[in-house]
Amino acid sequence: MLPLRRPTTVRLHIYNKQATRSLASAASPIPHDHNHNQSQELTLALPKNSFQTYNCDLPSLEIVLPKGDLIRMYMAMVTMRRMETTADTLYKSQLIRGFCHLCTGQEAVGVGLETALTYEDKVITAYRSHGFTYMRKGSVLPILAELLGRKNGISGGKGGSMHMFTPNFFGGNGIVGAQVPLGAGIAFAQKYLSQGKGPATFVFYGDGAANQGQVFEAFNMAKLWDLPAVNGMDVLAVRQAIAYAREWAMTDGNGPLLLEMETYRYGGHSMSDPGVGYRSREEVQKVRSDNDPITHLKEHLLENQVVSEKELKEMDKAARAEVDKAANEARNSPPPDMETFWTDVYVKGYEVPFLRGREPQEIHYYSRNAK
Amino acid sequence: MSSILKKAAVVSIPNVRQALLRSNPVLANALLAKRAYNSKNGVEMTVRDALNSALEEEMTADEKVYLLGEEVGQYNGAYKVSKGLLDKFGPKRVIDTPITESGFCGLAVGSAFSGLKPVCEFMTWNFAMQAIDQIVNSAAKTHYMSGGNVNCPITFRGPNGAAAGVAAQHSQCFAAWYGSVPGLKVVSPWNSEDAKGLLKAAIRDPNPVVVLENELMYGISFPMSEAALSKDFVVEIGKAKIEKAGTDITIVAHSRSVGFALEAAQLLEKEGICSAEVINLRSIRPLDTETIINSVKKTNRLVTVEGGWPQYGVGSEICAQIMESEAFDHLDAPVVRVTGADVPTPYANNLEAYAFPDTEVIARVIKRTLNKKIGA
Repeated sequence: MLPLRRPTTVRLHIYNKQATRSLASAASPIPHDHNHNQSQELTLALPKNSFQTYNCDLPSLEIVLPKGDLIRMYMAMVTMRRMETTADTLYKSQLIRGFCHLCTGQEAVGVGLETALTYEDKVITAYRSHGFTYMRKGSVLPILAELLGRKNGISGGKGGSMHMFTPNFFGGNGIVGAQVPLGAGIAFAQKYLSQGKGPATFVFYGDGAANQGQVFEAFNMAKLWDLPAVNGMDVLAVRQAIAYAREWAMTDGNGPLLLEMETYRYGGHSMSDPGVGYRSREEVQKVRSDNDPITHLKEHLLENQVVSEKELKEMDKAARAEVDKAANEARNSPPPDMETFWTDVYVKGYEVPFLRGREPQEIHYYSRNAK
Repeated sequence: MSSILKKAAVVSIPNVRQALLRSNPVLANALLAKRAYNSKNGVEMTVRDALNSALEEEMTADEKVYLLGEEVGQYNGAYKVSKGLLDKFGPKRVIDTPITESGFCGLAVGSAFSGLKPVCEFMTWNFAMQAIDQIVNSAAKTHYMSGGNVNCPITFRGPNGAAAGVAAQHSQCFAAWYGSVPGLKVVSPWNSEDAKGLLKAAIRDPNPVVVLENELMYGISFPMSEAALSKDFVVEIGKAKIEKAGTDITIVAHSRSVGFALEAAQLLEKEGICSAEVINLRSIRPLDTETIINSVKKTNRLVTVEGGWPQYGVGSEICAQIMESEAFDHLDAPVVRVTGADVPTPYANNLEAYAFPDTEVIARVIKRTLNKKIGA
């Protein structure tokens, strides 16, 4: 178990140079004229109380990473924060319908995770998934368009907030806890397809899902069959923890590793929950002021002279501009074509002969199957 | 020899058959096989062996196909359907799971999302109720919710419906429940050819497919044609088969009920009462309404037969679709459904017999329907 109290004490031991590519593709750094070398490596120290472990060694408290990584992480976090707060506004203007679960305040998890992974590693989570989707190469426009139910949404407008997928990100799942056995299955497939040398699978669930029987069923099978899966609860991303966990999971015979990350969401559970029925406003404010992950990273960037205050402000502005542009484009995007109502019920070319609509005359025929 | 023949004759009486099935299922099935389904060219196969061949052939043809479930490996299958597969393919591809339907079904679905082709066995479909969320919400719906981005080429299989003396929690038929879900295909084989062809088609289909077998059919032998013995033999999902042509009334059935329907048809023909056409649905979803409609246009009368509960069942759906179609104008009498009784399956032998339709019930209903005329 690894409770982490200081979200910004992220420290990366780069097991694999490939790890940076995943983050690099998710958010591009702002060009600036500060005359330092972005590839220059920094050594940072995590506080001693960053990790607690049970039945395994402590991850190292020292992190070495290039300055460029820190900049990219910052950019990713502020863009994610802006994307989520934009979704909040769009929901309140009734442009987003149904459910909307935001990860405002939890950016360190999605970003920290991605910097310790390669793109080929697999990730699955429940419905608080916009941040993960963004980090796994789903960009801002398709995400916002999906929330708005538009044609150019990442799922064609047919899934909504809880059902977003990218090639190595399996959602976006609505049923609490169901993603955990699914994640074990994804890990199973990696092991099966790669003779045991496959990528790692990261399976996220929250404290609610921790009650679900199927979660324990999945743990049992994951250990029984040494599946390369890691569980994290939705909290801080300690990239160190993730990198450690990744190496653990990919070592033959180790099986799964359980990670607990203490995190904190500023918003309620979803847009229909104000989030102050079970905690005080003061508590939320305190975390925002004392423990905000973006603020912590900002401190690191300034202390180590990676960027100047002015450049940080420019990055904030750039992130805001990117998201606002995407939001505008999404708002002006058309809804899905009516014919997509009938597509993807079955795999194209392998459909049933017809499906019925609301009455006998509303009927849709599929062309003869390709066999 | 004569005692066996006497037993064979007596086995036609439902109560006795039930008792014999419970006390000595192997003998009962052998007698039933000899009585009804002797093959002309001499090649016969039990439904169990047909399923085993299907699994073996598909696992040989495609490395990504694997089998998981309770007792499928070391025990050779709770009903021996997967006999020999662990020995042949090894523990990577034939996996014994803990007793965790929800968990292992979810695991199987997740592995299908990620490129494998799992065959997920439920020891009976009753136990799949623990996993139905993964079947419906994860497997059936994800291709649609992801806008076509995620595939789920999984096959779920296991025995469905009535067994013998296993009471309410082990005897339910799930054809109607799964048949109502868009995103799934659902098949319900009757004989060995159905079993082999439909299971192979299901494994090859890139959609999630539910295969509803029947425990009481596993031991029954049927002739297998040359074509059916081939390793590329598939039965098209969504096409029903006319098992027996007739002119006076259409009987539509699936799974074990097909056997009873054929017996009823034979009985009525021998008694000179009518010539019945028997349709074996083979698929529950998609439903082959075209074949049913064409038959009704010919015979003008329809009876449906199933083992499941009457309300909101397969027969109900057929009635509704016939009513909404051009076949309505060809009916000389209302469609009648023959179904399982609307009770949880009782244990006592006589009560259990009264809970499921058989030859005698079907024949009785047909006679009654033949006497009806619209407006009379």
